[in-house]
Amino acid sequence: MTEANTLPSGRTRLDRLEMRGITKRFPGVLASDHVDFDVQAGEVHALLGENGAGKSTLMKILYGLYHPDEGQILLNGQPVTIASPTDSIRLGIGMIHQHFMLVPTLTVAENVALGLPSSRGALTDLDRVSKRILELAEIYSLKIDPSAYVWQLSVGQQQRVEIIKALYRGAALLILDEPTAVLTPQEVDELFVIMRQMTRDGHGLVFISHKLHEVVEISNRITVLRDGRKIGTRPTSEITKQDLANWMVGREVSFAPDRGDVKCAEARLQLENVACGSDRGTPGLRGVSLELCSGEILGIAGVSGNGQRELAEAITGLRKVTSGKVLLEGRDITGLTPAEITDRMLSYIPEERMRDGMIKDFSVAENMILREHTKMPYSRSGLLNLREISRHADELIAQFHVKTPSHDTLAKNLSGGNIQKVVLAREIFRTPRVIIAAQPTRGLDIGATEYVREQLLEQRRKGVAVMLISEDLDEILALSDRIAVLYEGQVMDIVPREDATPERLGLLMAGVHPEESAPVVK
Amino acid sequence: MRTRLSTLFDALLPVLATLAALAVGAVMLLIMGVNPIEAYAAMWDGAFGSGNAFAETLVKATPLLLVALGICISFRGDVINIGGEGQMIIGAVLATWIGLTLTNWPGWLVITLSLLTGFVGGAIWGGIPGLLKAYFNVNEILSTVMMNAIAVQLMNFLLRGPMIDPSQAERASKIPQTARLIEEFHLARLVPTRLHAGALIAVALAVLVYILLWRTTWGYRIRAVGQNPHASRYAGIKVSRYMVLALLLSGAFAGLAGAVQVFGVNYRMITDGSASGFTGGAGFNGIVAALFGQLHPIWSIPASILFGALLVGANKMQRMTQVPSALVTVLNGLVVIFVVSSEIWRRRRQRRRMAVAGPEETPPPPVEKKPQQAEAGA
Repeated sequence: MTEANTLPSGRTRLDRLEMRGITKRFPGVLASDHVDFDVQAGEVHALLGENGAGKSTLMKILYGLYHPDEGQILLNGQPVTIASPTDSIRLGIGMIHQHFMLVPTLTVAENVALGLPSSRGALTDLDRVSKRILELAEIYSLKIDPSAYVWQLSVGQQQRVEIIKALYRGAALLILDEPTAVLTPQEVDELFVIMRQMTRDGHGLVFISHKLHEVVEISNRITVLRDGRKIGTRPTSEITKQDLANWMVGREVSFAPDRGDVKCAEARLQLENVACGSDRGTPGLRGVSLELCSGEILGIAGVSGNGQRELAEAITGLRKVTSGKVLLEGRDITGLTPAEITDRMLSYIPEERMRDGMIKDFSVAENMILREHTKMPYSRSGLLNLREISRHADELIAQFHVKTPSHDTLAKNLSGGNIQKVVLAREIFRTPRVIIAAQPTRGLDIGATEYVREQLLEQRRKGVAVMLISEDLDEILALSDRIAVLYEGQVMDIVPREDATPERLGLLMAGVHPEESAPVVK
Repeated sequence: MRTRLSTLFDALLPVLATLAALAVGAVMLLIMGVNPIEAYAAMWDGAFGSGNAFAETLVKATPLLLVALGICISFRGDVINIGGEGQMIIGAVLATWIGLTLTNWPGWLVITLSLLTGFVGGAIWGGIPGLLKAYFNVNEILSTVMMNAIAVQLMNFLLRGPMIDPSQAERASKIPQTARLIEEFHLARLVPTRLHAGALIAVALAVLVYILLWRTTWGYRIRAVGQNPHASRYAGIKVSRYMVLALLLSGAFAGLAGAVQVFGVNYRMITDGSASGFTGGAGFNGIVAALFGQLHPIWSIPASILFGALLVGANKMQRMTQVPSALVTVLNGLVVIFVVSSEIWRRRRQRRRMAVAGPEETPPPPVEKKPQQAEAGA
């Protein structure tokens, strides 16, 4: 920590920010129930909790997006009113949202300057902005080129732009809302370096994350919320991961899911030398051959953008296969329409569930029949059977423990985990022969993640062939019977579970063939 | 509670917007030296003051409602149909042709056939831009507007040439109009006013469109495609097919509106060279009525009556207070501007509330049924 009362960015330090007895009610829900929270200069205070536990509510109150029904906010001991983000920015509070607020077609400098008055009145002052960005980048060792266009930047770099943006606006205290959710492991490490530097310099950071190991690694203190109430705050050094997980969901969480034996009876899905393009017009898949058996989970590992999306879409008929063949239970399905393929009992849990998996302005019940709405009993000669649709929805809501006020609730009003449960319920209930699950737990909290994984294992036990496409290596290792590694649209290798180690997979993911190297047992 | 109040506020917003528009109109009336209270009293009297006046309002509301029903379908499918005028004209021309050709057939059959032909004609005129959009990615807003121009010129050509009233053809004046439909082919009058069976047809169809949109797989798919084409495609729905269907049905209802105008009100087609000379602007005003009715077929009924009343009442106001007829158009436009901008404002408020509530929170305040069209082009 610095002795002086100023931060390297030139701004006065915020020694202590305190929220006292914050209460926020929504119709029918107590989103925040007399919660106390504080953050001090020079620390990372992690905020943990499942989806809907009230983390976002609390932080949105701090950032001025919400107004608390009760309670007060004190800055260095003085009560303050935060009516809007303008107020919070003025007070030195910055927020890095989970979804970046950047304009892709503008440069870094233009994005930083966006919404701020120019020092030259009607003329732009981008040169001055760029200079200041470079200064800040120097101080905080954030490598960034102010003249680069945002669309050219990787996700990690874009996040740095967001951090610069906050610092440029004079943030002394930063709220990071699930900043690691979108990052690769390397980028997470880089982010942590930046975060440590910032706390050393006297910034206070609030870190929201679902990933326990990250929380344990980076934070000084941890506060756990559940159902809008604070469960407790403790120094990180005093707690274990298991403690935290139990704290969060209020019950025992198993980290190593139970699994039965593999029995590959029949090949359900076969890919023979499949090639297809990508959205950018470059080759997406370059001759992929795979075999997926009944009763197994085949994990597809790889760094994002190495053909995972194309693989799923080529199988499901959403992307044109340019050469090669896809066989479902022995029959050639290459070139069939998505509807024809799913009708052969192939289910698909798409990667971008909000965009591709559900319709956010449709009710839960309507979303539940997205695939099957033309079938009996949901409709008969073109007429929907609303009673049957509602009954079906209620059944799935109960069976899959979807937390929703009713089946008429619009999907957009559900939490991320419950939306995924709706998708999962829809795709599993139809008793598929093959399931393609793409990033099925990305962005979900521990409880929902565990639930989704358990369901996939359950399907495997029932003899369904499951392809699990995931960038979460822990997930791949925990669930898969065999692991195929994709690299630049090709299968680098297929590794049986017993021989798979993070090191070996990591090398394959980087495109390196560990030649004949004996698997290192961890 | 604040949220409940704001829900109520949202529901009343179109009404408040209309009142605000009338208030601005009052200022304009004052500037022109007319007492606004008198003027609006005359307007009310003209629209609702007597049985005859109200019947006249309903007569004006009928084509608005029919067009609005089509608009409910297309906008819910996220295709923007600005071609109501042209679709009305084509529907009317084809229906008239049937009515003038099959003069020996029984009345009920010819009426049915003609209205169906109008429906189909509009469907074709709407379906063409639909196909262009679905398979060649042609912007439907532009193509439907262009189809309007084609329809008008086609009508002018037909009414001056092949379809001209034979008695006019002999005269020097050559008024561009068709012959009059024979008495048996007129739509039944409901009461001794100009109110005709077309109004009943429109209301019945409003119920049918409601059923179509929310009780059938077609409607489900049209709405799904309109809300989220990505997820629809992933679910195996042929997105472009349902875009075409939405535009086609939308055109069909406008075509029917045109046919009903001929068979229920004018009994012949006559052109002054412009589209609105025949349609009275219903092809455009129907869009406004649909938006005013929140893109809901049933709510479009009162919305159409409101705009019908504005049109009819304005005539009376003009007669009583000597304000130029242009002011009526201005008033109409003001209502449109206020309602549409209040809708945008409401949606922005709603989005802010959503953004604030975030996907992680359980329930944001219950929000009124939302039309979702305006995301076009985003």
